Amino acid sequence: MNERWKISLMLAPAVLIIAGLFLGGLLLGIMGSLGYMPFIGRHDWSFDAYREIVTSERFYHSFLLTFHIAFTSTIIASVIAMGAALVLRKSFFGRRVIQFLFHLNLTVPHLVGAIGILYLFSQSGFFARLAHEFHLIARPADFPALVYDPFAIGIILQYVWKEVPFIGLILLANMQSLSHDYEAVARSLGASRWQSFRHVLLPLLSPGLLAAAMIVFAFTFGAYEIPALLGQNYPAALPVLAYQAFTDTDLNARPAALAMAMVIAIMSALMIFAYARLTRRYVRA
Amino acid sequence: MQERTHIVRSKNGLSPLVWLSLALLVTWLVLPLVPLAVWSVSRSWFFPDIAPSAYSLRAWEYVLSPTSEVLPALGTTLIIALGVTILSILIGLPAGRALGLYRFRGKALIELLILAPTIVPGIAVALGLHVVFLKAGLAGTMSGVLIVHLIPTLPYMVLVMAGVFANYNPDAEAQARSLGANRLQAFRYVTLPAILPGLLIGSLFAFLVSWSQYILTLLIGGGRVVTLPLLLFNFASAGRNDITGAIGMIYILPGMILLVFAARYMSGRNQAYTATGQI
Repeated sequence: MNERWKISLMLAPAVLIIAGLFLGGLLLGIMGSLGYMPFIGRHDWSFDAYREIVTSERFYHSFLLTFHIAFTSTIIASVIAMGAALVLRKSFFGRRVIQFLFHLNLTVPHLVGAIGILYLFSQSGFFARLAHEFHLIARPADFPALVYDPFAIGIILQYVWKEVPFIGLILLANMQSLSHDYEAVARSLGASRWQSFRHVLLPLLSPGLLAAAMIVFAFTFGAYEIPALLGQNYPAALPVLAYQAFTDTDLNARPAALAMAMVIAIMSALMIFAYARLTRRYVRA
Repeated sequence: MQERTHIVRSKNGLSPLVWLSLALLVTWLVLPLVPLAVWSVSRSWFFPDIAPSAYSLRAWEYVLSPTSEVLPALGTTLIIALGVTILSILIGLPAGRALGLYRFRGKALIELLILAPTIVPGIAVALGLHVVFLKAGLAGTMSGVLIVHLIPTLPYMVLVMAGVFANYNPDAEAQARSLGANRLQAFRYVTLPAILPGLLIGSLFAFLVSWSQYILTLLIGGGRVVTLPLLLFNFASAGRNDITGAIGMIYILPGMILLVFAARYMSGRNQAYTATGQI
C-alpha cells in the first residue's frame, strides 16, 4: 500500500500534465472537428467538417502531397542512412569526423536547414549560379524549380539532410550492440555479402530501423515550418492548409481545420500501431 | 586498444567508390549551412556571382544593435527554453524514477501515454488547445508558450530518466539513510551523482527541443511572443538574406555549444536520442 502511494505520487504530476495537455488537446480537437465548440457558441454535433474536407479537391491534393513528402523522405533517408551506417561501423581514418558531423546536424533546427536548402537550390541560389558559370543556363528562370515546386523536391531534400544522421546513428548503435558472429557464420556457410546483409543483418536491425522510420514519417507528415517556407501555395502541405484554415477570419472554417489536424493525428497513431505490430512480428520470427 | 583498431582497419580497407560516397556525404552534411554563414557577412551578392562582390558586417551590426528585435527575441527564446527545461526536470525526474525502478499495474498504458506526444505532431494537439489557452488568458503570453512547450519536452525527459533509473541500484540510498543521511542528503550525495550524466543529456535535449519549436509558439503565442525561429522565418520569407544568415548563425550556436559538452554521452542507443527527431 505504502509503495503504491509512493509510485502514484511520483507519477501524478507528469501524467496529469501530459494527459491534460496532450489528451485534452486531442479531445478538444475531436469535439471541435465534430462542430461542438461551446467556447465560441457552437453546440451542434455533426460530421459536416469531415464531409467538407473529403469532398474538397484542395484537401485531397494536400493529403497526397503530404503523404508523398513523408513517404519519399522516409524511404530515401532510411536507405542512405543504412549505407552510411554500414560504412561507419568499420574503423577508418575520418570516421570520427563524420560521426561528429552527424551529431552536429542533429542539433541544427529544421528551419535553419530549410533556409540553407532555399539558398542552395532556388532559381537564384548557389547551384543555379554554378550552372550559369558553366554556361548551362542563361537566366535564373532557366534553372529547374527545386523549391516551391510541385514535387516538393526542396522539402524532401531538407528532410533527407536532417534525417539521415538521425536514422544513421540509431542504426549504428544497433549494429554495435549486435555481435558480428551471425554475419560471419552466414558468410562461412557460403552466403554472399548481399545475402548475409539481406537475411541476417537486416532482420536484426529491423526493429530499430522501423522505429526510426516511424518517428521520421510522423514528423514529416505533421511539420509546419518547412513546407511553409519551401512549398508551393497550391497544393500546400496538410499542416499548412490546417493552419491557414484555423487562422481564417471566418470562424466557420475552424471545424475543417480541426478535422485536418485529426487526420494528421490519425496518421501518426497509425505509425505507432504499425510499429507495435511489426516489431512484435519480427521478434517472434 | 591501439593494436586492435589497427587490425580492424587493415581488414576493412574501403574501396575508392566508398571514399567518394563518404566525401559526398560530408559535403552534403555541411553544405546547407555555408550560404547562411556567407550571407551574414555579404553586402551585395547578386546572380550570377558565385561569391559576394562586397562584404560588410552590416547584418551583424543590425542583429546585435539594442534597437533591433533580435536581442529581445533571443532573451525570450532563452527564458522559455530554460523555464521549460527546469519544469521538465522537476516533474519528469520523479516520474522517470517510478517508471524505471518499479513494476506496477497499468505501467504499459502510462508508458504509451508518455511516448505518444513524442510522435504525434504538435499541430494536431495545439489547434484543439488554443481555445482553452485563450479563455485562460494564456494565449499570447510567455507563460502560455512555456506551458505548451511542455508537450514535447516533458514526455521526453520522463523517458530519458526512466532509462537512467532502469540501470540504477537504489540500495545505496538505503545504506546512506541507515548511516544517518536525511532524504535530501541521500539525494544530493548518492542519487544525484549516479544519475547526473543522464540528467544532463536529457536537459540539454529538452532545452534544444523547446529552442527549436515553431508552430506551438506561433499558435499559442499568436505572434505576440516572438522567439528566434519566428523572426528567422519572417526575415527568410521577406528575402532579407543577410540578416537571416546572421540570425541563423546565432540560432544554431546553443546546439553547437551543448554538443561539445554532451558529445561523449550521445549514442543512438540512448533513450534521449529519439527526441532529437523533434529538433
